[in-house]
Amino acid sequence: MLKSFADYIIFHLLAIPSDTHLGEALNFFLYDTIKIFLLLSVIIFLVAIIRSYFPPERTRRILSREREYVGNGLAGLLGIVTPFCSCSAVPLFIGFVESGVPLGVTFSFLVSSPMINEVALVLLLGLFGWRIALLYIGTGLIVSFVSGVAIGKMRMERYVQEYVYQMKVGSGDIAQQTFREKLEYARDYTRDLLKRIWPYVLIGIGVGGFIHGYVPSDFLLKYAGPGNPFAVPVAVLIGVPLYSNAAGTIPIVQALMGKGMPIGTVLAFMMAVTALSFPEAVILKNVLKMRLLLIFFGIVAAAIIGVGYLFNSIL
Amino acid sequence: MKIEVLGMGCANCNKLYQNVVEAVKLSGKEIDVAKVEDIKKIMSYGVLSTPALAIDGVVKVAGKVPKAEEIKKWIE
Repeated sequence: MLKSFADYIIFHLLAIPSDTHLGEALNFFLYDTIKIFLLLSVIIFLVAIIRSYFPPERTRRILSREREYVGNGLAGLLGIVTPFCSCSAVPLFIGFVESGVPLGVTFSFLVSSPMINEVALVLLLGLFGWRIALLYIGTGLIVSFVSGVAIGKMRMERYVQEYVYQMKVGSGDIAQQTFREKLEYARDYTRDLLKRIWPYVLIGIGVGGFIHGYVPSDFLLKYAGPGNPFAVPVAVLIGVPLYSNAAGTIPIVQALMGKGMPIGTVLAFMMAVTALSFPEAVILKNVLKMRLLLIFFGIVAAAIIGVGYLFNSIL
Repeated sequence: MKIEVLGMGCANCNKLYQNVVEAVKLSGKEIDVAKVEDIKKIMSYGVLSTPALAIDGVVKVAGKVPKAEEIKKWIE
């Protein structure tokens, strides 16, 4: 139905012949745009409702009962459904540690929460198909698990700022929302999020449709193609300091994949951008001593590089 | 009545503060609005996500930015 709608607009209303390159590209662009914005609206709305049942206060209660391994895995999964914003990282970290969530488990959560989110999933699903979307979730969970377990094993508790352990955290009784309020909140949230990300999404789709033929394809491939063993670490090192949401990375990801960069390298880049960033480091410095901060970034970057190589070698 | 905006000074915290000020103006009441940026005080309310809003010491909302009209309902 969407397809015939796009056909009708481009080939009949605008009367651009379907056998031209322009007609084909415009048709593709319109079809993809409608499809992805429909998907985004529906999924962001549903996720906002699911999330209202997993406030961080509840996630903390669940995780404070868990130990290593099971806790790390659970923290990764809860990171997907618990709302998270990097400006909340400090109270969240203190609240988790104070209620007895192990340090490594807390880090598993801190990795998965910003990295695996509904916007990334919808865009990957809409632009590259469900295999790549699932691959992204799976890979994100692996990185979150491995990084959290590694930090837990290193016994880094003494490299957390001392005041964190002296903090008294209140009971956290927050007024409950009615279902109607949840629906209204989800509607507003969807609208606000779409308002913020639509330019990136359009550029992302546009890159797939138009720029394709115009950038010399051998340029990137020469430096970051399958033949270069350093492509994955270079992509990650470029991605770590960058600060963007998942939507912001999609245009770049589209362009890189269109130019034939291997999927492992592209996913590694996207994860590095969303999971680690310079502003996040500044925020986390409030609760972590420099040494633990560097170890955290180092381990997560290494885990991302690892899965990048893994996918390049098996796909 | 006392309204506190809890948050360490992120963009959303400022937005919430503005919405509260607007809500107070809409309600026509004289209400004290304070920004709480000290992490120790924020944690004493038990919130894990900011910005949060406390009215007379009771947390009304955490981790989101309600609109002025919504806040106005709580004031009244």
